[in-house]
Amino acid sequence: MKIRLRVWRQAGPNSAGSLETHDLEDVSPDMSFLEMLDVLNERLIEEDREEIAFDHDCREGICGSCSLMIDGRAHGPQHKTTACQLHMRHYSDGDEIVVEPWRVKAFPVVKDLVVDRSSFDRIIRAGGYISVRTGSARDANEAPIRKADSDLAFDAATCIGCGACAAACPNASASLFTAAKISHLALVPQGQAERYDRVRKMVAQMDAEGFGHCTNHNECEAACPKGISVTNIARMNRDFLRAMVVSRDPLRAPDDAGE
Amino acid sequence: MTVLEHRTPSGPLESRWERHRFDMKLVNPSNRRKYNVIVVGTGLAGAAAAATLGELGYNVQSFCFQDSPRRAHSIAAQGGINAAKNYQNDGDSVFRLFYDTIKGGDFRSRESNVYRLAEVSVNIIDQATAQGVPFAREYGGLLANRSFGGAQVSRTFYARGQTGQQLLLGAYQALSRQIGAGQVEMHPRTEMLDLIVIDGRARGIVTRHLITGKVKAWIADAVVLATGGYGNVFYLSTNAKGCNATAAWRAHRRGAFFANPCFTQIHPTCIPVSGESQSKLTLMSESLRNDGRVWVPKNAEHADTPPGKIKNENRDYYLERLYPSFGNLVPRDIASRRAKDVCDEGRGVGPEIGGVRRGVYLDFRDSIQRLGENIVGERYGNLFEMYERITGDNPYKVPMRIYPATHYTMGGLWVDYNLMSTIDGLFVAGEANFSDHGANRLGASALMQGLADGYFVLPYTLGNYLARVVPGGADDEHSEARRVVGQVTERLEKLMSIDGSTTPDAFHRELGHLIWDNCGMSRSKEGLEKALREIPAVRARFWEDLKISGTGEGLNQALERAGRIADFFELGELMCRDALDRDESAGCHFRAEHTTEEGEAKRNDEEYAYVANWEFTGVGKEPRLHKEHLEFEFVKPSQRNYK
Ligand SMILES: Cc1cc2nc3c(=O)[nH]c(=O)nc-3n(C[C@H](O)[C@H](O)[C@H](O)COP(=O)(O)OP(=O)(O)OC[C@H]3O[C@@H](n4cnc5c(N)ncnc54)[C@H](O)[C@@H]3O)c2cc1C
Ligand code: FES
Repeated sequence: MKIRLRVWRQAGPNSAGSLETHDLEDVSPDMSFLEMLDVLNERLIEEDREEIAFDHDCREGICGSCSLMIDGRAHGPQHKTTACQLHMRHYSDGDEIVVEPWRVKAFPVVKDLVVDRSSFDRIIRAGGYISVRTGSARDANEAPIRKADSDLAFDAATCIGCGACAAACPNASASLFTAAKISHLALVPQGQAERYDRVRKMVAQMDAEGFGHCTNHNECEAACPKGISVTNIARMNRDFLRAMVVSRDPLRAPDDAGE
Repeated sequence: MTVLEHRTPSGPLESRWERHRFDMKLVNPSNRRKYNVIVVGTGLAGAAAAATLGELGYNVQSFCFQDSPRRAHSIAAQGGINAAKNYQNDGDSVFRLFYDTIKGGDFRSRESNVYRLAEVSVNIIDQATAQGVPFAREYGGLLANRSFGGAQVSRTFYARGQTGQQLLLGAYQALSRQIGAGQVEMHPRTEMLDLIVIDGRARGIVTRHLITGKVKAWIADAVVLATGGYGNVFYLSTNAKGCNATAAWRAHRRGAFFANPCFTQIHPTCIPVSGESQSKLTLMSESLRNDGRVWVPKNAEHADTPPGKIKNENRDYYLERLYPSFGNLVPRDIASRRAKDVCDEGRGVGPEIGGVRRGVYLDFRDSIQRLGENIVGERYGNLFEMYERITGDNPYKVPMRIYPATHYTMGGLWVDYNLMSTIDGLFVAGEANFSDHGANRLGASALMQGLADGYFVLPYTLGNYLARVVPGGADDEHSEARRVVGQVTERLEKLMSIDGSTTPDAFHRELGHLIWDNCGMSRSKEGLEKALREIPAVRARFWEDLKISGTGEGLNQALERAGRIADFFELGELMCRDALDRDESAGCHFRAEHTTEEGEAKRNDEEYAYVANWEFTGVGKEPRLHKEHLEFEFVKPSQRNYK
């Protein structure tokens, strides 16, 4: 089939960018979206033009590298599917597709479709871990964890850090990303000791990076390729409030019942 | 001939590692901050090593080529990680895991290393759980296990179909903690392009920053490579697109021996190739073979019949037929070869690619009948969804189609028991080294090895090395550092200036075809000799006719690919040479000339019970072979039998 691509080209962080049009003649329905870009890139090289820069690695929807805004939607039209897993069978002959980078203040454009997402790494660095020294762990089966809690923790832990949530959010908020890690670690017993410290530090870092605030548009959940739920944001907010209370009263242990 | 000192301790197997740990030197805590260590790679091996070394108080410089350490290829591992916990009380033990791994590797690995791996496997699960890794649990709240390709006990821990992701995020978080604490300095989007060796010791690396294009030298007291495997030499593989051999290959060119390069693993359950523009192959976790049954039509004329319409008596469940006791769970090399055989016979299914249908069915019909869609969905739901996204078919309704693909490389840089290569101070961990899997890796044991190396082996053995050297004494202005920076820059300029007419990927595909056809699932003297004639010719054409657009100054992904492909050409040639030298079949290395009566791999222990180590002597020159003979004191080599 024939596809017309309108692709964002931008030489560097401080250059102006614009959409460039390319017509592709024989796109096969079995191709992935990125394979279509590969074909275009090979052609560009042959024509002595610079290829289109885009991030990708696993092409299996798990590394979180790919980050394309396709027709105004993060990762494109297919629900719970990263751009690298999107296949051309979802398009038809003659379609025009607009491809742009994530548009988020805290993810500056590096080149073409590549953005800088190091702000996410800094949020994790601020507290998205459990402090446990290598070799100091006790036997893994000493502390049973309710399967339901463990499953819920997994649902949050499945985040691939792609940034689609922030890209889809009208406020460019990183709440879903941050909340997913906070929830994951708040839902397991190992994460309790640092729970309130963690939420304070991570939320502060998120704000410092220049991400917007969450005003409950829920676009993040709809765009998330792993289907991470916005209930995690509610959990983060509850923990954050509790953390504020706790920080004022050092003797009062937070009450976690009900989580 | 050089005798390779593998530094393996002697004495009772069970206490070797413990004794060795005691014998090793320690670095006083207050002295550790005087030492700088470079760790290249942030996969399971690299992230675990960098985090642990940072925690111990060393200054660590960590590098990866992705935009974040969390995206290392380990993230893609699906099925699980082995550990001899015996939580299922089904007869597992450290010795049994050791035994299975030695046997699974077809007796081409070192007993001491493998025993240590089995021994520390239990600590990995404890460590990961303490980090919050959400392993699957039973209703009682304890950890769940499943059995995994080739094992008769349930010792595999898993986190749905995303075990690698969860383990890597655990290690990444530990690493992030050390970065936050200032113990580790992280350099993402920075690719190592060469190794700096000063006075016989690995003292640093030269990198190119992928965004600015800047070439720079980094100096340290020791260098760790945890840069993953070289499966992408085949072009199509289950590896991430960026996986490459450059770091290992450049170290090889500087004097590190490359061990068993021809031991590459083909995974039996991948989604078949669908067309010419295919850029990678997707693995369907091996765990699917626990509940899926592999079959092809008995008669070729049923190739186009919808599978649901083919009656049981017309189906050939060939693995169950040939291997009644292991059935669909035979090791990977065997399952792969049998799939190739039935397709070669003309009984494959799916579209014809190059005149042959290359696919077999993996069918869940019977499990769904037995367990219900819910339970099957709980076990494999995300894999089924992934399959459907790629192929458009729903595995709850029609069987999957699968075919083998390159997946893992057992070969890699040679290391001694301390994980040190033949270059003093150059350590190699994870898939990048050759160490523990012999001629065939068992499922769920690469994650185990990566984390064993990174968390539990390297931090000790590296300390032992550092305790022997005086910290510092060189910087990035050292003449050798400047010389290597010059060489790297020159090579990049050369790649940019060829200005021929063929794209990097076109060359990569050509090389991939050559390797897959001649050094893939089945190898022969004739094919290998053919490849050894053709690869140098294509490589020469590469250096004359390569075309890259843009400049080397900033982000240029075509330039990155070209540099990696240039190294794959040299490595590919070495693989074929190694495969030719190894005139026996062993594990994944199947020489058509050496089969048993039943068509299985036939080893030749008299002549080939060695690790083949290759020393670089120049591009296009015959490399020098050094053999490390393997002794088997505890497990007697036997013909593997999975009937
Ligand atoms: C699809 C798939 C599924 C798998 N499933 C399983 C499983 O279920 N169980 C199991 O045990 N194993 C599995 N494996 C194998 C296993 O995932 C890998 O062997 C293992 O994760 C490798 O880890 P590593 O740390 O050695 O390297 P990797 O995770 O590959 O990391 C390599 C690191 O090195 C960096 N790097 C590489 N070259 C350079 C350079 N030149 N400069 C700078 N940085 C560089 C990369 O950026 C990356 O950070 C699977 C593999 C695949 C492909
Ligand atoms: S390339 Fe890894 S998620 Fe898309």
